[in-house]
Amino acid sequence: MEKLLDVKNLHVSFDTYGGEVKAVRGVNFDVKKGETLAIVGESGSGKSVTTKALMHLIPKPPGRIKEGEILFEGRDLAKMNEKQMQKIRGKEISMIFQDPMTSLNPTMKVGNQIMEGLIKHQKMSKPQARKRVMELLELVGIPDAENRMKQYPHQFSGGMRQRVVVAIALACNPKLLIADEPTTALDVTIQAQILELMKDIQKKTDSATIFITHDLGVVANVADRVAVMYAGKIVEVGTVDDIFYNPQHPYTWGLLGSMPSLDSADEELFAIPGTPPDLMHPPKGDAFAARNKYAMKIDFEQEPPMFKVSDSHYAATWLLHEHAPKIEPPAAVKKRMEGMANSSSSSEGERV
Amino acid sequence: MDNHKPSKDLFVPVETTETENEKISRPSLSFWQDSFIRLRKNVGAMIGLAVLIVLGLMAAFGPYMNDYGQYEQDLSRAKMPPKIEGLAWLGMDGTLSDVQSADTLEGAQTKALMRFNNQEEFITTEVLNDGSNGEQAEVRATYDVYAAKDMDENFWFGTDGLGRDQWSRTWMGTRVSLYIALLAAAIDMVIGVAYGGISAYYGGRVDNYMQRFIEILVGIPNLVLIILMILILEPGIMSITIALAISGWISMARIVRGQILKLKNQEFVLASRTLGAKDGRILQRHLIPNTLGLIIINTMFSIPSAIFFEAFLSFIGLGLPTPMASLGTLIDAGFDSLQIYPHILLFPAIIISLIMIAFNVLADGLRDAFDPKMRE
Amino acid sequence: MTRYIIQRLIYMVITMFLIATLTFFLMKFLPGTPLSAADKLSDEQQAVVLEKYGLNDPVPVQYFNYMVNLAQGDLGISFQFDNREVTTIIMERIGPSVQLGFQAMIIGTIIGMLLGLVSAIYHNGIMDYTSTFLAVLGQSIPSFVFAGLLQFYIGVKFGWLPVALWEGWEYTILPTISLAIFPIAIAARFMRTEMLEVMGSDYIVTARAKGVNKVGVVFKHGLRNALIPLITVLGPLAVGLMTGTLVIENIFAVPGIGEQFVKAINMNDFPIIMGTTLLIAFLFIFIILVIDLLYGVIDPRIRLAEGE
Repeated sequence: MEKLLDVKNLHVSFDTYGGEVKAVRGVNFDVKKGETLAIVGESGSGKSVTTKALMHLIPKPPGRIKEGEILFEGRDLAKMNEKQMQKIRGKEISMIFQDPMTSLNPTMKVGNQIMEGLIKHQKMSKPQARKRVMELLELVGIPDAENRMKQYPHQFSGGMRQRVVVAIALACNPKLLIADEPTTALDVTIQAQILELMKDIQKKTDSATIFITHDLGVVANVADRVAVMYAGKIVEVGTVDDIFYNPQHPYTWGLLGSMPSLDSADEELFAIPGTPPDLMHPPKGDAFAARNKYAMKIDFEQEPPMFKVSDSHYAATWLLHEHAPKIEPPAAVKKRMEGMANSSSSSEGERV
Repeated sequence: MDNHKPSKDLFVPVETTETENEKISRPSLSFWQDSFIRLRKNVGAMIGLAVLIVLGLMAAFGPYMNDYGQYEQDLSRAKMPPKIEGLAWLGMDGTLSDVQSADTLEGAQTKALMRFNNQEEFITTEVLNDGSNGEQAEVRATYDVYAAKDMDENFWFGTDGLGRDQWSRTWMGTRVSLYIALLAAAIDMVIGVAYGGISAYYGGRVDNYMQRFIEILVGIPNLVLIILMILILEPGIMSITIALAISGWISMARIVRGQILKLKNQEFVLASRTLGAKDGRILQRHLIPNTLGLIIINTMFSIPSAIFFEAFLSFIGLGLPTPMASLGTLIDAGFDSLQIYPHILLFPAIIISLIMIAFNVLADGLRDAFDPKMRE
Repeated sequence: MTRYIIQRLIYMVITMFLIATLTFFLMKFLPGTPLSAADKLSDEQQAVVLEKYGLNDPVPVQYFNYMVNLAQGDLGISFQFDNREVTTIIMERIGPSVQLGFQAMIIGTIIGMLLGLVSAIYHNGIMDYTSTFLAVLGQSIPSFVFAGLLQFYIGVKFGWLPVALWEGWEYTILPTISLAIFPIAIAARFMRTEMLEVMGSDYIVTARAKGVNKVGVVFKHGLRNALIPLITVLGPLAVGLMTGTLVIENIFAVPGIGEQFVKAINMNDFPIIMGTTLLIAFLFIFIILVIDLLYGVIDPRIRLAEGE
């Protein structure tokens, strides 16, 4: 399949009082047409910064793209200026934000907020734009669109607001949709609704999606491929099956192990000890080494390269090196991996 | 993939130690240390602080630096211009000068001399425009007042209409302004904080009554309240003090109450209470530290407005009675002879502006230093 | 909404009543009588004067009469100007004060807003530093000092504009500028802070993510949200202007309320002091009401909360 987006060696830094914070340190990934890539990682791993950098939405200063290429349909976004980016944003790449309570302008009618992009990018007249807004509101499941578009955001509930945010993102049929933890700020029941909506929209439109989340449960549901981020780097990337049934990086094991499941009561959760490193002074070697109970000497001295596991599956851990001792994932994680295989296949069946 | 060949012996498991794991590489700074560092980096605030220290020292020692008392009148030396040896280039050379114009050069010259009572021996004239190009002739006359009055000693800031030394009076006036600054700060800190704190901490009926009382006070404009108070009491430093005490603390009380109410219901306070902390400990460890920044910022902002209010009241004749000096009364007096002797207005005006600017800049600096939103 | 306004109007009447009562009784405790300012009169003449102003009646009667008259818009007779009603004097003098106040308010908020906006857009640039510096000066330097500077340089030294008095539009320029400096400074600083805060909010990122250009982001999304808090400072600003007119009118010899008020204070002319005090109190409360209502017009959240 053709690559829609190809990010190469992206570095993003923030210049703060205390020094340079290297939030993203050489990230490579690509997104193919129509596919959904999930970026997973704990808070502060740089997943939001990566995607915001794609759209030049990180506050500048203090933030800046230090180096790297962001090839979108062959054009390098990293080299574009603000004017050129304005033509890309909303039209070709659009974004769904985390908190619907703050991401809508409180003093502007909802309809006008959706219309703005249409009028700007597609040069629609007001009545045309209004018609399209009604379609969009229906698409995202907001009934009584005619009246709803004349209301202000505070008259909408959280879930409804997030639907509006989705409608804004979809307005101009973007080729790439970036969803930055779109369900994190919502109630669990509403989360499920918004996820259903996202899946529904993926089916109806052919836009590719980057789905950022720290919730692996969500990933299994929506994604085709998964990239696991840690301390500003991608540590493992692969298809959903690769990541869930054959994880290679100890950090991925940790993430999978810390996911509760309902299947067996006696299961113990596998917690990752410690906290992520300070990105102002990233540690030498593997950033995860200090929290890794399988760490080897080399982990503290050299950064691991990406090792190929299969055509679709890569992981950055010295454990895959030929000299490394053979290590099995911890039993709890292994058991969980098996459980995952069962539960996800069974839930797949129920869901449709 | 693997093009660099690391040696085999590196692939041995190591024990990860907790200490290494959780080491925090940044020095840990308390809220106060952090704020103080930020304040010290703020150039404007530091200049403001320096200016205030200098003005404070001058207010304390300035009046004793020459032999003239602040009330010593002598009409023979009224309205002397300022003179400081070595500062002639700043215009403080003890002379008055004026430009006169007329149709002819002689006419202009005569007018220029007449301007200073024809005391020709002390007047130097300078022709700015001899009128030959069809314009009006212009002559500048410079009159050496100190020589004319045979004055040996210098008045650094000149003298006022009654011959009183402006230097002594200006620094005495600065004392008044700085006293008002301390007073406003004390009122805010004591009455405002206590009122707001008690109202919020005890809540319930106490809060209710205390808030009704504040609402009544708020409904009455500050200006009206203070003018009424000053009309009842005799004008003077005491009545300004009382007037400020009545109205100066209200906004602080409201701010403190709002902040404490907000904090009281926050999780960390609830958590502390759940763990069995007593009232005193909660107050000491949670409520006060989290309100102190706000209190300091607000105090700093209420100081300049109190200083302005005193100067304003003195200016319209409701403040300090004559012959006492306040920067407001000095400026008021300066307006009487502004057209000919602007120096009488100049120095008190510069000093009060400096005080106000310094306090405002310092307050801004403190706000930036304490504002948690600025923390990165 | 109507219910809200009516409720507010009732509160207004109660507050005015309280202030009038307070003013009346405070005046009664004041040292000095209207006679102290006049030439020495015989006992007989004094009695006649006291009778004329009703000062011989017991205090409660005086209070009752005062309140009844007040309700009819009658503020009594001036001590200083024989037989002239305070209401008439105020009416005669309110024109210049209102004109100055309005001019200063409008110029002040518009210029201040523009300065603040420029500051926020070019955050940390030269324009920002310059305008912030000017705002600190404007906020700090007392209006009477500034008026003195203007009067001396523009009026006396260069003779570009009249030094004082009130004989035409050009006479209003210097006092208006002197008055406007403070509102300009406050509005500029407030606007800058609010605009920076708004520009950092999530919905601005949403707007940028839609591809809206900088002008659109600032004016369509930023400005309105920054204006809402700006309204809160308009009240204190208006009150500050009232204070300012007291001194500015004196400096520029403007025949307005402020000048009259200061004269009345020096002459113990109680009816004028009371009348003016009530007027200032009334304006103060009225302005706060107008601003609260304005708030509702601009902020849809408040408008609807009231309507429901």
